[in-house]
Amino acid sequence: MLINTLLISSQIPNLNYSSTTERFDQTWEAPLATLLGLGRAAGADFVEFFLERRNYISCLAEEDIITSISPSFSTGAGVRVFHGKADCYVSTNNLTFAGLKAALEKALSILGLQLPIANAFIPEIYLELFRDYGNKRGKDSWLPLCTTIREMGEILLEGTAQLHKKATHIQSRRASYFRDWQEVLVAASDGTFARDIRLTQSAGFSLLCADGSHRTSISERAGNTSDPNFLKSWDYEQSADQIAESAGKMLYADYVESGNYPIVMANHFGGVIFHEACGHLLETTQIERKTTPFADKKGEKIAHESLTAWDEGRSDNAFGTIDMDDEGMPAQRTLLIEKGVLKNFLADRTGSMRTGHPRTGSGRRQNYTFAAASRMRNTYIAPGAYTNEDLFASIDKGIYCKKMGGGSVGATGQFNFSVDEAYLIENGKVTKPLKGATLIGEAKEIMNKISLCSQDLELAPGFCGSVSGSIYTTVGQPHIKVDSITVGGR
Amino acid sequence: MSNIQQVAKNAQETAKKLGIEKFDIYGSTVDDTSVQVDQGEPKQVKASNRSGVTVRVWNEENTMGVTSTTDVDPKGLELALQTAYEASFFGVKENVPDFSPEATLPIESTSKDKFAQAPVSELIDKLLLAEKELLDSHPAINGVPYNGLSQRDIERFYLNSNGALRKESHSLASIYLYSKTEQEGKKPRSAGAYRVKENLGNLDIAGCIKEAADKTISHLDYQKVKTGRYEVVFSPEAFLSLLGAFSNLFNAQNILDNQSLSQVDDLGKQIASPLLSVYDDALHPANVGAETFDGEGTPTRQIKLIEKGILTSFLHSAGTAKRLNAQPTGNASIGAKVTISPNFYHVFAANTTEKEFSLQTAENVILIDDLQALHAGVKALQGSFSLPFDGWLVNKGEKISIDSATVAGDFLELLKSIVYIEKEPELTPGGVCPRIWVGELSITGD
Repeated sequence: MLINTLLISSQIPNLNYSSTTERFDQTWEAPLATLLGLGRAAGADFVEFFLERRNYISCLAEEDIITSISPSFSTGAGVRVFHGKADCYVSTNNLTFAGLKAALEKALSILGLQLPIANAFIPEIYLELFRDYGNKRGKDSWLPLCTTIREMGEILLEGTAQLHKKATHIQSRRASYFRDWQEVLVAASDGTFARDIRLTQSAGFSLLCADGSHRTSISERAGNTSDPNFLKSWDYEQSADQIAESAGKMLYADYVESGNYPIVMANHFGGVIFHEACGHLLETTQIERKTTPFADKKGEKIAHESLTAWDEGRSDNAFGTIDMDDEGMPAQRTLLIEKGVLKNFLADRTGSMRTGHPRTGSGRRQNYTFAAASRMRNTYIAPGAYTNEDLFASIDKGIYCKKMGGGSVGATGQFNFSVDEAYLIENGKVTKPLKGATLIGEAKEIMNKISLCSQDLELAPGFCGSVSGSIYTTVGQPHIKVDSITVGGR
Repeated sequence: MSNIQQVAKNAQETAKKLGIEKFDIYGSTVDDTSVQVDQGEPKQVKASNRSGVTVRVWNEENTMGVTSTTDVDPKGLELALQTAYEASFFGVKENVPDFSPEATLPIESTSKDKFAQAPVSELIDKLLLAEKELLDSHPAINGVPYNGLSQRDIERFYLNSNGALRKESHSLASIYLYSKTEQEGKKPRSAGAYRVKENLGNLDIAGCIKEAADKTISHLDYQKVKTGRYEVVFSPEAFLSLLGAFSNLFNAQNILDNQSLSQVDDLGKQIASPLLSVYDDALHPANVGAETFDGEGTPTRQIKLIEKGILTSFLHSAGTAKRLNAQPTGNASIGAKVTISPNFYHVFAANTTEKEFSLQTAENVILIDDLQALHAGVKALQGSFSLPFDGWLVNKGEKISIDSATVAGDFLELLKSIVYIEKEPELTPGGVCPRIWVGELSITGD
């Protein structure tokens, strides 16, 4: 254990730290080192503090009016204490030294531990040289460079005006945007001491069209981390074109006839299939819960040999990009599956401790009220050797899933997801539009049925909800062919 | 959170300093503790004490801005009021939200008791015992991967610059157990149960264990169901989850925004079988977490949404009520755009039928216990749904678990196709409801 100068516990109430909640900087070293030492002196095996500051704003345009501008601020901290196999997580809004100490004390007491008695020596933990990802890539100046409220409004209104121009039978049209700026600081009793700044932004459209009893609703969203100018460079004209075209085709679509079909799934958000059917099952959280069929399959073939998949911390400005995870570890590029063989799991600190798989910089959480857990970042199926024409040509009768909705995976590996825009494939050709399709299946089975991967990899932003809350992720893939899947419809 | 009177005083002083004359604040504090266990060992304990407020500010031009913050000390409140004031100049100029005319009306019995929280060690012991009993209930049950026992104290308040000041608090304790099976040559199966009560002492843990065990065991022997159209029986929880997913039917804000399956002039129309009545009843005696006022300070109440199949009321905020010449209903949450949501559904049979339906005598009906992935499979603005479910094929009382199937349909057609509503209501987290029988829906299986 790394030990600094010794304090006496009775001195602690008189300590006067000057750390500020205006910025998480090196002034936090002394108070956090003291608190970590207190936790260790109480008998904890490991202690971690996660501090967070957030500045969020969302904006909504409906028809030709800005109807909502919602700023919000939050600050908070979570302390996690491990003792034996048990761990305890306590969160608080109070970032004063006394507030953090009270949270630590509560976590210790829950685990049956107590702060040292008066006049006991307190080992102060030596923290590593401050790793400040927040001063890289100009992050410290990101927030003031972001779009102003006035600019947000103007751009969104131009967007809804485009929808008005491009779409027909409009019942409602909306454009929305959010900017989520987050500063985090992690300090732990193993010496971890790191700061990061994240900037996540997203803009999108939703369009509802109706003609008599025919109705269709379509949404489209773009996302970005790292570019304060994202909204200004958002190509809302192209996005409006696409969504208007989709709505036009789907308005009069027939309901899909249920059954088992071969399908082609488009690139971009089509990657949700891998996210739901396999990605979640490669998180060590699932091994701990014994809810993954792949727990003991490392090194074994679990998917078709055409399938290689990655989960990476940094993919340019993609929606799940992080420089470090929420446990202070630099984000890794993790090969999940190579030519069908399972290579790695995604592990956070606890998952690594409990399952033995190495940490991958995947410890993530929605905010300070959640303990970190193993989660995906930018996850995608790698490009293959085929063309889209090859994929369609291999199907006599099937479904082309051009635009996917959301999905989920259950405790037994059963997954499902909805299709927002689908077409019938007949004799290798895409023909009439279809609506109302849901795809369901078993993770173990479907991975062996992804038989052809095209070359046109594209990533798409997504929101993933799981044990540590809702986080920003990327899904992605090239066009792929699934040999057979159950399609629910009417 | 600081004393609510102190927050009010700080807000008044800060607003005066900033030249703000009109504002309101909604806030809450949550103090909760939860435990999870894994195979006889405590796994994770979580505790938190967090506060948050949302402030709305009206400027001299009477446009409104909003800001939320977790920082309720004077400095945090000042930043929130200042930011809301700045945002107010970008607020809507028509139909500007205003104080609820009912924010100062007296409310009877505004306060419930908070219960003393049990020690964490007691939570862990009770959950370990529950896990053990569930694991012991059948040899095929090999884990309870999702479990939790929690207790929570909630305090909430609303105040405005016209002198409104409401506050209340209550406690909740809840447990969920989700068990999983493993049998040689068979797929893993799973099912769960949930209970909630005001305090740990009254929490029906034994009932939760029994329900989780019974359901899980009932799925051990499963079969594919043939694709086709079937008479479908929705469990109370399944029906309420579907009703919740299509709650835009009753939501006045959604209706005004053209984001609803209803239109303003639909009141009085027959939208469902005459057998069906649906109320939103925040103060229903079975609603454990009942709240007596909403985010605008409007008192909550019973609202008759559907009476004998006829759409009779919408859910309103102060703003939608003003626009539609109605009363606010106590269902609003404040924000730059006020949102509306149901409080607690009460679904019941409005009429008796000549024919009694029973799972003991019915042939080849699908009993849906739990609908999944509603976030993905419900097209709330189109009225359609296509959803995976857990359930059984029931033939004269014999239940066979269904392996991997979906149910699809149109919600408005479903409401009209209700053929029977059972008498015995069940309490679920979203409301009170009996089992609902629906004429025919598409099931995709084998």
